[in-house]
Amino acid sequence: MTRTFLGMPATAPRGVGHLRGEEPFPAAARRALVDAQLRRNLRHATTTIRGKSGAVIGEVPDWQELRAAARAIKTDTMARLPELLEQLEAAVTAAGGTVHWAADAVEANRIVTDLVGAAGADRVMKVKSMATQEIGLNEALEAAGIEPVETDLAELIVQLGDDRPSHILVPAIHRNRAEIREIFLRAMPGVDPTLTDEPAVLAAAARRHLRETFLSTRVAVSGANFAVAETGTLAVVESEGNGRMCLTLPETLITVMGIEKVVPTWRDLEVFLQLLPRASTGERMNPYTSMWTGVTPGDGPQAFHLVLLDNGRSAVLADEVGRQALHCIRCSACLNVCPVYERAGGHAYGSVYPGPIGAVLSPQLTGVADNASLPYASSLCGACYDACPVMIDIPSILVHLRGQAPHPRAEATAMAAAAYTMDHPALYAAAQRAARLSRLAGPRGRGLPPPLSGWTASRDLPEPPPQTFREWWAQR
Amino acid sequence: MTAREVILGRLRAALGEPRPAPAEVPRDYRPAGTAAADLDLLVDRLTDYRATVHRCAGAGVARIVDAVLGGRQVVVPPGLPGHWLPGTVVAVPDDDLPPERIAAADGVVTAAAVAVAETGTILLDGAPDQGRRIITLLPDVHLCVVRADQVVAAVPDALARVTPHRPLTWISGPSATSDIELNRVEGVHGPRNLHVIIVD
Repeated sequence: MTRTFLGMPATAPRGVGHLRGEEPFPAAARRALVDAQLRRNLRHATTTIRGKSGAVIGEVPDWQELRAAARAIKTDTMARLPELLEQLEAAVTAAGGTVHWAADAVEANRIVTDLVGAAGADRVMKVKSMATQEIGLNEALEAAGIEPVETDLAELIVQLGDDRPSHILVPAIHRNRAEIREIFLRAMPGVDPTLTDEPAVLAAAARRHLRETFLSTRVAVSGANFAVAETGTLAVVESEGNGRMCLTLPETLITVMGIEKVVPTWRDLEVFLQLLPRASTGERMNPYTSMWTGVTPGDGPQAFHLVLLDNGRSAVLADEVGRQALHCIRCSACLNVCPVYERAGGHAYGSVYPGPIGAVLSPQLTGVADNASLPYASSLCGACYDACPVMIDIPSILVHLRGQAPHPRAEATAMAAAAYTMDHPALYAAAQRAARLSRLAGPRGRGLPPPLSGWTASRDLPEPPPQTFREWWAQR
Repeated sequence: MTAREVILGRLRAALGEPRPAPAEVPRDYRPAGTAAADLDLLVDRLTDYRATVHRCAGAGVARIVDAVLGGRQVVVPPGLPGHWLPGTVVAVPDDDLPPERIAAADGVVTAAAVAVAETGTILLDGAPDQGRRIITLLPDVHLCVVRADQVVAAVPDALARVTPHRPLTWISGPSATSDIELNRVEGVHGPRNLHVIIVD
């Protein structure tokens, strides 16, 4: 669906935000695969996190029961999404917040830019947020003369390095400590030139660098991990305290939230707050979680705006198989266990949502035609499904989306020819005899000629047997 | 047509008619009230995440505050029990202090709303003995006093004890990051030192 018309589910518009890569996955991955440093950094990081996460998940006797509950809560949420959003809006408004609705990235960027302008600010501080990366908010703010300051350490590394995030949870996972030190020395104003590459020293440099920003910036922009429809409560889960700074210190707080982040009840948080930290950072609980409901007089921002973002989510919801991609809580466990992600890295996926969940979410948000290679960026090994704390059946969605991807004419022709042949026994027998002639072409592994070479570029051609079953049966 | 009407219309069209059947949520996990709070487990979890844990009887709080923050400037929320503060600290009462003044203090002493043993988490809910969120954020030392009867076993117990209509801060150890090679490093933007006094 490329045209948007009112009232029908719509994909995310082109030309804004970061859901589409500049090249297909295989081309981008090929470049990443020859970067030995990148592969070392990724292997080290994903191995570390798998070990930590596995250990703390092993401590929880009811992990599978929590997963099952989470899946059911999310399924229930999607089935009642319009009503839950109306309920959330009413609760947030009653608590002193203002709710805005954004049909796509362009509208969301305009709403946020206007709100910052109305607050009279020319700088905003940001808590790491996938939604605002998805819509390209930083670029929109800069175009309006507003400076966005990323305050999450990894986002700061990416921003100072003029780089792109490559992981949902750890956007600078592709950088090691030595590279981070170099970025800080090059791009952080007033940094101590004797800076070492000790992680604690690097973290302390970020603390000094951002303290003044936290104290002097009057508007903050955040995402949200959860929003409770019943109470109007928003929750942000973080580690460093930059989130608390942004959620507590400014006069105005603007939260941009994908509409799928709503959960029905306060009690539902007891499920997700147990699953998320253990699946994502491998901690029993992340250092800081902030929850707020509207505005609290005398404590924290006195103006609160919630921007509810569609940007293709309604199109995902319209697909009965694919809609479970909206259940994602952005823990990134599927990235950390994926053999494809571990080797190709996050940039190869083109979208801000990398890894297995990105391979099912990005093509649905944009329409499969705009991310047609992503459903194939997987070996279908199923590790992502096992690791997912909300039990999203990613392999099934991948297969489902492969069926929707545009296929080359040569492939369609070959498949049609194969179907016709298999329908006609005499033809089939002749084809099998003919296949044996390919043995004359040489040993196993040789490629097929174009246009079939695309198939054999990364696959061995099976060697035909000297005798077919039907020949053996006839001679018996 | 407003964006609101557009989005809600799209979502209703996406779900179609008849609507998908509402899913029954199986809550077969351990609910609130499953287990008694285990103080030793809380101590273990707090220590594991580099918080410093002290245990004492009710009269011993001031002595520990003195040992940690004696001689230094300490922000004090309006409802903090007076007998927790030793005469040796320079108390800075929070009567709507500006952020710069709070940031210039050495530490802050607060009570807590709830503590979760299984995860080593302290919850603050902005009650008068805990104060505004900002005072536990800017000073580099946060000393938090938890009464034994405030300790619960697990996350569901904690959610059942607090109200969503107050600003809530869940704290598990000092500020930390895993952003550099996924190694946990304590001490980024929040207090780099978390002391928890458990009053038996």
